[in-house]
Amino acid sequence: MTASTYKPPDYYLMDELLSDEHKMIRSSVRDWVNREVKPIIEEASQLNEPPTHLMETMGENGIFGPFIPEKYGGAGLDYISYGLIMQELERGDSAIRSAASVQSSLVMFPIYIFGSDAQKAQFLPRLAKGELTGCFGLTEPNHGSDPGNMITRIREKGDHFILDGAKLWITNSSIADIAMVWAKDEKGVVRGLIVEKGMEGFSAPETHDKWSLRASVTGELVFDGVKIPRKNLLPKAKGLRSPLMCLNSARYGIAWGVIGAASECYDTALRYSLQRKQFDRFIGSFQLQQKKLAEMLTEITKAQLLVWRLGELKNQGKETAQMVSMAKRNNVKMALDIAREARQIIGAMGITSNYPVMRHMMNLESVITYEGTHDIHLLITGHDITGIQAFK
Amino acid sequence: MSFKIVVLAKQVPDTRNVGKDAMKADGTVNRGALPAIFNPEDLQALEQALMVKDQVEDAEIIILTMGPPRAVEIIREALYRGATSGYLITDRKFAGSDTLATSYTLALAVKKIQPHLVIAGRQAIDGDTAQVGPQIAQKLGIPQVTYTEQILDVNLDELKIRRRLERGVEVVKCKTPLLITVHSSAAECRPRNAKLLMKYKHARSVSELQEESKDYTEMMTNKPYLRLEEWSVADLGADEEALGLSGSPTKVKKIENVVLAKKESVNLTTEDKDIDYLMKELIDSHVIG
Repeated sequence: MTASTYKPPDYYLMDELLSDEHKMIRSSVRDWVNREVKPIIEEASQLNEPPTHLMETMGENGIFGPFIPEKYGGAGLDYISYGLIMQELERGDSAIRSAASVQSSLVMFPIYIFGSDAQKAQFLPRLAKGELTGCFGLTEPNHGSDPGNMITRIREKGDHFILDGAKLWITNSSIADIAMVWAKDEKGVVRGLIVEKGMEGFSAPETHDKWSLRASVTGELVFDGVKIPRKNLLPKAKGLRSPLMCLNSARYGIAWGVIGAASECYDTALRYSLQRKQFDRFIGSFQLQQKKLAEMLTEITKAQLLVWRLGELKNQGKETAQMVSMAKRNNVKMALDIAREARQIIGAMGITSNYPVMRHMMNLESVITYEGTHDIHLLITGHDITGIQAFK
Repeated sequence: MSFKIVVLAKQVPDTRNVGKDAMKADGTVNRGALPAIFNPEDLQALEQALMVKDQVEDAEIIILTMGPPRAVEIIREALYRGATSGYLITDRKFAGSDTLATSYTLALAVKKIQPHLVIAGRQAIDGDTAQVGPQIAQKLGIPQVTYTEQILDVNLDELKIRRRLERGVEVVKCKTPLLITVHSSAAECRPRNAKLLMKYKHARSVSELQEESKDYTEMMTNKPYLRLEEWSVADLGADEEALGLSGSPTKVKKIENVVLAKKESVNLTTEDKDIDYLMKELIDSHVIG
């Protein structure tokens, strides 16, 4: 499938809910993806060679920190625009969207919200331009869904802190210039620190052998008595709530992003079903294939409505973390199911890189687990409606 | 000193997507029925300018477009992709200009700017004449390099350019100032940049500001780059006899949709007699042999 033939599904005329500005932003990122991502992404995934050069071009094109004010190098856009950017990036590949999610929501966002003026001025413009790449360290080898029990620690020593511990499943770990790391202080309070590449005792080995997000760098962060200057501590981040706010912003982007992956799978399967003949008929004429396609479009349409409303609420500052959980959980599962069904429609060809479907499907297996697993998000909703926490 | 580049761009009806109502009963183009777009080769011309700007420190890209007030959309589109500024040449007196009158007008505008380099698309899809670029160079008395595929090297004094010709390529060097026209085989233009979109979304021409209900005064004072200037006949100091209908010797009689008749094509099979026929045709027309 060539990029130019892609027709995004819009069954409920959602475009009427978007401003001209939204549509222009979307088309700019869609064009960027067609030009920079589509031609290289299958090979990058097959060879497990992440296209890290895209970080800088994404920065040049205003893709990072869209909601950060222009003063700090962001684009000063609303949250629907942020969502649309993520949707178009993930139509390209979840790995590209992941890199942008991390940079925007997990690195720029905490510096902007919890950082000092000096930290904002030092890091935000360069992160926005893609001159600096950031990563985010919360998850640990033994603490995934349960980050509150993290063991990474900082202790005060004179004019600096000493950081010890390790983080795992970190997107962009080995290519990052700075790591936004979450660690407990001596009182057991979670604090945020900016750890810079090259600091003594800090290493970031890469994780290999992935079957998913193969166009993305994943790895560890290891801290062995790393000396962190006091100026690298985020003054306003105190408690687990701070990193969870970052994740919330990222999850919001994921809820939009996966619609891009799902739309491309649907569009590819629909096209294929109207070209492929078996028993002298297009396979799209068979009831079982139509059922798959009709259900895909229904689910995409529902997902679009969900994130559009969530975006409106977020623009008004009325969204809750629980609302974001619902959208992340629903939409990622929707996209994964659609990728699997689309793969079936395309048959054996669906397992090859002639079609983008299997790549999306494998990527989405990560997306359904990271940034709060599918099950944990369900329990967040359960907790919200019953008032009873079921996961601890 | 900054390296000044003028890009000549035209807003054209999208003749690539012609529907059944594309032509009026009298044979003229029904502009209302066709979406107005950035002429494709002009967009490629803009990309060549942007590539120069990527390489040369302190380069400036100025868009010149001539047309009705709505043609200012072309300038905004170029700003979204990285142009520095633009001027809209608009005046009722320009209406009906053919290539001679258009090149006269554009040459006056280029003279006002005094650029090192003028880049235009080879031709516009509504007229396909490919005359305006070369005529401007002639009127300005500067060299021209047509059919540019890529600018290979650039400095303040000289450009090295690859031209795409019918049977190959040619690499030429040319002193500045010069005018080049860009061929469709050149690189596609880069997409709009989200940040520039935000920066220039309120850019308005003087005519647009008069129509706007919203008060733009404060914004235009704080961000003067949002004001897109218009040049009229008076601003250019043009001779009214040389422009518009009176300056245009070309008279369009009729526009027709060309439908290739069956008799102009031949179906060939792999049989020997058909291959012999094809060989004979190719030799007769000097394609081979």
